[in-house]
Amino acid sequence: MNIPEPKLDHLYQETILEHNKNPRNFKELESPTLYSHGHNPVCGDDYHLYLNTDTNKVITDIAFHGSGCAISKSCASIMTTLVKGKTLEEAQELEENFSSFMTDKEVSEITKEKVGRLKMFEGVREFPIRIKCATLIWHALKDAIKDSK
Amino acid sequence: MLTKDIINVEKIRKDFPVLSTTMHKHPLAYLDNAATTQKPLVVIDRINRFLKEEYATVSRGVYILSQNATQECHEVREKCQKFLNAEKLEEIIFVRGTTEAINLVAASYGRKFLKSGDEIIISEIEHHANIVPWKRLSDEKGLVLKVIPVNDEGELILEEYKKMLTEKTKLVAVGHISNALGTVHPIKQIIKWAHEVGAKVLIDGAQGAPHTKVDVQELDCDFYCFSGHKIYGPTGIGILYGKYDLLDSMDPYQGGGEMIELVTFEKITYAKPPSRFEAGTIAIAEIVGLGPALDYIEKIGLEKIAAYEDELLRVATEKLKEMDDITLIGTAKEKAGIISFEMDEVHPHDIGTILDQEGVAIRTGHHCAQPTMKRFGVPATARASFSFYNNQQDLEALFRGLDKVREVFK
Repeated sequence: MNIPEPKLDHLYQETILEHNKNPRNFKELESPTLYSHGHNPVCGDDYHLYLNTDTNKVITDIAFHGSGCAISKSCASIMTTLVKGKTLEEAQELEENFSSFMTDKEVSEITKEKVGRLKMFEGVREFPIRIKCATLIWHALKDAIKDSK
Repeated sequence: MLTKDIINVEKIRKDFPVLSTTMHKHPLAYLDNAATTQKPLVVIDRINRFLKEEYATVSRGVYILSQNATQECHEVREKCQKFLNAEKLEEIIFVRGTTEAINLVAASYGRKFLKSGDEIIISEIEHHANIVPWKRLSDEKGLVLKVIPVNDEGELILEEYKKMLTEKTKLVAVGHISNALGTVHPIKQIIKWAHEVGAKVLIDGAQGAPHTKVDVQELDCDFYCFSGHKIYGPTGIGILYGKYDLLDSMDPYQGGGEMIELVTFEKITYAKPPSRFEAGTIAIAEIVGLGPALDYIEKIGLEKIAAYEDELLRVATEKLKEMDDITLIGTAKEKAGIISFEMDEVHPHDIGTILDQEGVAIRTGHHCAQPTMKRFGVPATARASFSFYNNQQDLEALFRGLDKVREVFK
């Protein structure tokens, strides 16, 4: 992977820091339809993810809870705002695109467009060790969706 | 400010080439010494010369090159014996590191002598290397694993330990210095009490041997182990000390070359210690590199090293205590040069990334001590750990770096 020179302000952008401070949907859901647990033993990031879906597999509510760094928490917060109201299939597609966006050697313009607001996490690529912070909650989402099948 | 006249730190720094490099355009402030230490030129040059001009197998070759390499390893074993003040040369076993040493004792001593219902005592703030082997052994043999609790300062609660000791206690395994908190445990007392009920004691000296003088005869411990790479030597080499009679009663750890006396397809008899525990070709170049590392620190003197590192800890602790948003994790009265902390509203991982950009290398995470983190109710900590080659500038860089963290997370 071609890693550009890391810049702190690429990593800790204002929106990211704001979501870290005031994470959206940061709570537990009682008896959710779907649940998963995301844990990174290396740094201790640890989140529980809760989803409620209706009969059409539309995500009617989503929440996460736990502890972790600014990157993992803000990414989780933004993820919840993005997939609420989407179908599980759409959420999964976004997960796949974001995963490519964070880890592919060359990221196509189409992928960049598809991840939309998540483009703000592009700076995390400059800090390879932090990529898994951004993708942690998405792995949890993937696991939760897998369980629904 | 640091008291400067204990050692000549600027002269010492010249012996460690990496300390004059930069990290993200800042002078490197290397404060991750509890994870691994940097190497002085005498170690680098010795390994280099050995591999270039003197390398051969040991204990087997009849040719001069092999005889000399054998002699080199023999001399390092003697240095280790002297370093720990072991009674016999045969009490020094070459292993890969502290982790392997503990696994060896669990397998060769524990599996042979401990039986269902016997008890092992460890502490609440051990490194995983001093938890997992004992937990596995306990599960396998039906042993009871007991855990000495710690108080809020990170000190072992000795009264609780004393209560745990009974004739069922067969082994006590504790660290010398906690890698996560820096607490120096009262191992002499721990050993004495364990012996009173007839238990054997293993001391995990990974953080002890590099920072304080160890005398295994005075301590009267049954096993003591440390790693080469945390004591300014190479990775892949560590030392297990064990009392000779104990070692001689133990089964081999691995089977292979060098650990046997006689092999037929019907029967195998094993070599005496230390060979019995050194199956296969030992880490020849790494052993040779460990010699000058021990010489180097003995030349400075462990008393001076301990005094200077205490100074680094004192200055860092005083400064961090002045910072309202910093909480120290581990505030024992007896501490060695390790300082674990939390910053309000900022995860240790973010602290680590920002400090890295400022040229400061610290460790963030659970430090392979998840039960310790659980005890203090934190998922992770930021940890700065000191060596005698750290100076005032390294500390200033750490403090400046923390200001930078505040700036980013204002």
